[in-house]
Amino acid sequence: MDLLLSSLEILARWDVILALLVGSIGGVLIGAIPGVGPAVAIAILLPATFSMDPIVGLTVLLGIYGSSMYGGSIPAVLINTPGTAVNALTTYDGYPMTARGEPRRALSLAYSSSFFGGIFSVVCLILFAPVLAKVAPLFGSREIFLAALLGIILVIVAHRGQSLIAGALAGFGIFIQTIGLEPVKYSKRFTFDQAFLSSGIDLIVVVLGLFALSQAFVLLTSEDEKIRTTRLRGGLFQGFRELARHPRVAAVSASFGVLMGMIPGVGEFTAQFLSYTYAQKTSKRPQDFGHGSSEGLIASETSNNAVPAAAMVPLLALGIPGEALTAMMLSVFYVHNVVPGPGLFQNQMDFIVALYLALLILNVLVVLFLLVATRPLISVVKIPNRFLGLCVLTLSFVGVYSLRNSVTDCVLAAVFGMIGYVLKRLSLPVVPIILGMVLGGIMEVKLRAGMARVKEPFDFIDRPVAMILFLVIVAVLIVHARSVWLDRKSLKEAEWQTKHRSTRFGALLFRRKSSLSKARGRQVKARHSTSYRRSTGRG
Amino acid sequence: MVFGLILLAQTPTQTRWVAKTGFFAQPRFWPAVGLMALVGLGGLHLAKLPWRRFTGADWVEVRKWAAALEYAIWFMAYVLVVPVIGYLPASILFAATLSWRLGYRTTRMIAVSILFAIATVIVFKSFLSVKIPGGMIYEYLPGAVRSFFILNL
Repeated sequence: MDLLLSSLEILARWDVILALLVGSIGGVLIGAIPGVGPAVAIAILLPATFSMDPIVGLTVLLGIYGSSMYGGSIPAVLINTPGTAVNALTTYDGYPMTARGEPRRALSLAYSSSFFGGIFSVVCLILFAPVLAKVAPLFGSREIFLAALLGIILVIVAHRGQSLIAGALAGFGIFIQTIGLEPVKYSKRFTFDQAFLSSGIDLIVVVLGLFALSQAFVLLTSEDEKIRTTRLRGGLFQGFRELARHPRVAAVSASFGVLMGMIPGVGEFTAQFLSYTYAQKTSKRPQDFGHGSSEGLIASETSNNAVPAAAMVPLLALGIPGEALTAMMLSVFYVHNVVPGPGLFQNQMDFIVALYLALLILNVLVVLFLLVATRPLISVVKIPNRFLGLCVLTLSFVGVYSLRNSVTDCVLAAVFGMIGYVLKRLSLPVVPIILGMVLGGIMEVKLRAGMARVKEPFDFIDRPVAMILFLVIVAVLIVHARSVWLDRKSLKEAEWQTKHRSTRFGALLFRRKSSLSKARGRQVKARHSTSYRRSTGRG
Repeated sequence: MVFGLILLAQTPTQTRWVAKTGFFAQPRFWPAVGLMALVGLGGLHLAKLPWRRFTGADWVEVRKWAAALEYAIWFMAYVLVVPVIGYLPASILFAATLSWRLGYRTTRMIAVSILFAIATVIVFKSFLSVKIPGGMIYEYLPGAVRSFFILNL
């Protein structure tokens, strides 16, 4: 009770209340505009939050993170375009409902499911916090290194079909983070004797380039679309009643969201996939999924909104961000010299509970705002793409330039913007670069500290938590290798069935070689046969 | 890939091996890990890609990349103009001209873009007090107006 009171005391400030309002309304607006996700908004706002208190800055950013998914469901339901990437599954069942004349039902169901997911996860984590406070101190340098390694491996493995390039990009991120002056031995690394590289490449410059600038380029080079939205009539309360009829689907989906959110590198997509599959398998009407099923909509919206609160667990308890948005939030902690990790759970539990309470209040604020303001919000969806690109470009400038007033930072951000643009055009992921940067830095520090007392390799995993993490890493790698092998096998079978020649470079060379050897072979054979005929006098 | 290979080749000259320090604590260790992952896994990814000739569709893609480069240049021009003419005038100029370039040439759209630029400056510089220095031309303004401009616009 004392803990709750002291947490409420932290929140009872006018600037925190303002941050809650700005975060919730701003997040909904940003989510409702297709093309501007929470990552872009957080990247732009990050430097501005450095001058605020940690709780105020984090409340704004968490607000945007948590409420953007509510806003993202509006275009997903009404125009079949997800507002944020994680609302993609909402279009499956939300848009068919709109198409058959039930946009109000779909939206209210999306809001109520999101609300349930958000509240469920926050309540779970507040109850879970004392357990976490006991577990977190078991993590020393070695365990944090292994957890970060597990995080990076999970991020790479999660990009199915693209794990090789995801790994290469994570390696690129690890490399970028090492540029500059090494903090322990004070030796220069890859500075090429350039003064601007001595201080290293700032994470925020990379984040702004890869997320904000590249997205601005994508929008600016795209075509404006004519968008027709549906008129909404009546209230939006009916969703709560409908949600109450599916308590099992809602609770299981929210639990998936909480669990997947806590595992670094996994996040919303896996949570949604698991909950949607569960809902479909256990439904009495599985054939309705993808054609406007209320259970499908509940599963996707509940699970994605349960993730933000849970995603804060590895960040707060271990200092390890599981995805790009929490990686950005980590820099807010660092700027204020608050080091997230086991110490934070032991010494500043009220700060953590205050953050969770802020998320709880935020969910209530967002739902109230949406119940009142959905109709005017729909017009936000109609902002032309390229004009939006102009806005993002203008705002990106504030983010990069205000950091150090450095033109070099802006040039670097523009370069990373182009890299991000090319990666997006090639449908390659950018998130591994950011996580490589953040987790690479953590791994470097923790491995150095962890190896100090290690004499034999086995000493590194002689503690129970380290051993468990090591076994999990091995298991993840084995499962991934097996799935790659199975994929390859099925691909081979499909290739044999269609009798297409392989298009791989190695196969091309092999065919060339064999055809050459065949022609040459035929020539030699013919010459031999004539000489053979001559010598024997046959033929 | 080529970039990664060049950097990997530069590792001995650009990093140092420190005596009496463990292998994992060497300043060279993590850059090498990153670059080896970049070169190794990137190389495997490239080797697995299907090989084909450069087609017309690829030229379209290259033109798209060039179009994005144009906007990167717009962004850099904006960056270079701000310290000279100041944040507010540069933002207005940038938003209005880029809006014109994008084809939004109606008075309404240009007015909206200018309003957006003004709102951005007021929110970030006046309210959130982000650090963006005043323009050089602000120096020519009379006393009180000058300091107001440098601080807020």
